[in-house]
Amino acid sequence: MMTTIVEKERTTESPVRVKEHAKSVYSTNQLNLWYGSNHALKNIDLDIKEHEVTAIIGPSGCGKSTYIKTLNRMVELVPSVKTSGEILYRDRNIFDSNYSVEELRTRVGMVFQKPNPFPKSIYDNVAYGPRIHGIRNKKILNEIVEKSLRGAAIWDEVKDRLHENAYGVSGGQQQRICIARALAIEPDVILMDEPTSALDPISTLKIEELVQELKKDYSIIIVTHNMQQAARISDKTAFFLNGEVVEFDHTDTIFSNPSDKRTEDYISGRFG
Amino acid sequence: MKYIEQDLVIQRMSGRKILNLIFKVLFLFATSLALLALAILLFRIVTQGAGHLSIDFIQNFASRFPEKAGIKAALVGSLWLMAVVAPTSIILGVGSAIYLEEYAKKNKVTTFIQVNISNLAGVPSVVFGLLGLTIFVRALALGNSILAAGFTMSLLILPVIIVASQEAIRSVPAELRDASYGMGATKWQTIVRIILPAAIPGILTGSILALSRAIGETAPLIVIGVPVIIQFLPSGVMDTFTALPMQIYDWSSRPQQEFQQVAAAGIIVLMAFLLFMNSIAVFIRNKFHKRY
Ligand SMILES: Nc1ncnc2c1ncn2[C@@H]1O[C@H](COP(=O)(O)OP(=O)(O)OP(=O)(O)O)[C@@H](O)[C@H]1O
Ligand SMILES: [Mg+2]
Repeated sequence: MMTTIVEKERTTESPVRVKEHAKSVYSTNQLNLWYGSNHALKNIDLDIKEHEVTAIIGPSGCGKSTYIKTLNRMVELVPSVKTSGEILYRDRNIFDSNYSVEELRTRVGMVFQKPNPFPKSIYDNVAYGPRIHGIRNKKILNEIVEKSLRGAAIWDEVKDRLHENAYGVSGGQQQRICIARALAIEPDVILMDEPTSALDPISTLKIEELVQELKKDYSIIIVTHNMQQAARISDKTAFFLNGEVVEFDHTDTIFSNPSDKRTEDYISGRFG
Repeated sequence: MKYIEQDLVIQRMSGRKILNLIFKVLFLFATSLALLALAILLFRIVTQGAGHLSIDFIQNFASRFPEKAGIKAALVGSLWLMAVVAPTSIILGVGSAIYLEEYAKKNKVTTFIQVNISNLAGVPSVVFGLLGLTIFVRALALGNSILAAGFTMSLLILPVIIVASQEAIRSVPAELRDASYGMGATKWQTIVRIILPAAIPGILTGSILALSRAIGETAPLIVIGVPVIIQFLPSGVMDTFTALPMQIYDWSSRPQQEFQQVAAAGIIVLMAFLLFMNSIAVFIRNKFHKRY
C-alpha cells in the first residue's frame, strides 16, 4: 500500500533528472582495502554527485559498510585496516597525511544501522556535535537543536520532551534523533548504513520520505538491503559483489535494464 | 518422524521437577548459612562492644586503662589515610585503565602488562607492605608517615581499581564511540563526554569496594611500622598516625578481658565507617544514573 503511494509520488516528479553536469562530492579512484589479509574492497571507482541519493546494494559481506565507513575514515578504527588508492572529497584526497579526520567527519555525517543515541537528553544528543566544535552560546544551540530536529521531521513529536532521555522514545524516533544529531553539525554529505533495517514499516517510510527531503540540501549515500527501498529513494545505484563494484548507474537503468548479468540476477532475487 | 516423544517428556517431568526443588533448597541453605554466620558475628560484636560505645570512646585517645581507652587518634588517622589513598589510587587507577583501553595498541606488551595487573591483585598485602617499607619509608625517606602508608595502600588497591575501571570502560557500547567519532569528536572529547560518564557508576563501585579493603587492611601498616599508642592528632600528611585496624588489632591482642570489649567497640566504629563510605558510593551512583 504505502509502497505504491511513494512510487506514485516519485514518478509524478520526473524521476530521471539527469544531472551529469552536477559537481562531484566524492571521487573514488582505484580504492583497495584489506582487513589484515582479507581483501575487502577491490579497485573501486565511483563518482558521487552533489544533491543526489546514491544507494549501495549487494549481498551480505560484499563490502558495503566497509566502503561507506572508508568515506569518513571510520574504518580506520579497526587496527588491521590497510588501504591503497585515493578518495577525493571535494577534490582533496582524504588519505593525505595532513588531512584531519576530525575535519572530514565534521563535513560528513553518519547514521548507523542501529539507532545509537547517547544516554543523554534529546537536546544534549542533538547539541553534542555543535558543542564539541566549540559552540557554547545557549541561544545558538537552541536554534541549532530546533532546526535539526525539524530537519529530521521529529520536532513536533519531541518538542515537549527535549530534556527527557533519548532512550525513552521509540526506535524509529531514536533513529530520526540520530539523523537530527548528524544534521546538527551542518554536514555536506550524510552517510547512512542500513538506517531502516531495525525499524518498522511506518518508521521506515518516514525515514525514506525524509531522505527525499534532505537531498535538496545534502548529498546522501545510503546502504540498503531492501531493493524496493533503493528503487524508491535513490538517483544512482551501485551494485557491490565480493568487494567489487559490478555496476554503477542511474537507479532506473539498474533496475529496468542492467548491463551485467550478475546485477540482474541479484535484483531479481536469484542470489544474495 | 518425531525426535521428541511427548509421553516420555511427561514421564520424566516429575524427576526434573524434584531435582529442581532439591537444588533450590540446597542454594537456600547455603545462603542462610552465610547469613547466619554474619548474624552471629554481628550479634557477638554488638553485645560485647555496645556497652563501651559512647561519646567519650570517640573523643578519647588510647590509654592503658580500658575504661579510658578511646579511638580518636585511630579514627582521625584512618580519615587522613583515606584522604591520601582515595585521590592517589583513583587518579592513577582510572588513568591507567583509560590508557590500556583507549590508547594502548593491542600487542604482546600490553597483554603482558594486563596479565601482570591481574596477578598483582592476588599478591598478599604483606608483600605490598614490604614494598612500601623499601620504597616509601626508606628510599624516599617518608618514614612511617600518613603519606608513606597512603602510597603503600594505594599500590595495594591499584590493581583492583584498574581492572574494575577497565571493565566499566569496556562495557560502554561501541556504538556510542562510533557516534561520537563519526561527528568529528577527538579521542579525548569522546573519553570525557561519552565514555567516562557512561562508565562512572562501574568505576565508582569498584573504587569504593577497593577503598573499603584499604580501610580494613592491617598487615601493610604493621610492616611499615605504624605505631599504636598515639596521643596527638596528625596535622599534615608527613606526621605519624595510627589507623582503625591497627588500634583494634592492638586491643584484641591485650590480655585484659575488658580490652576485648574495647576492641569490639572499635570494630563497630570501623563497620560504621565502611557503611558510611558505601552509602556515599550508592548516593553518587544514583545521582549519576539520574543525569543520564
Ligand atoms: N572489523 C572487521 N575486521 C575484519 N574483517 C571485517 C571487519 N568488518 C568487516 N570485515 C570483512 O570485510 C568484508 C566486508 O564486510 P562489510 O561489513 O563491509 O560487508 P557488508 O556488505 O556491509 O555486509 P552486510 O550486508 O552483512 O552488512 C567481509 O568479508 C567481512 O568479513
Ligand atoms: Mg553492513
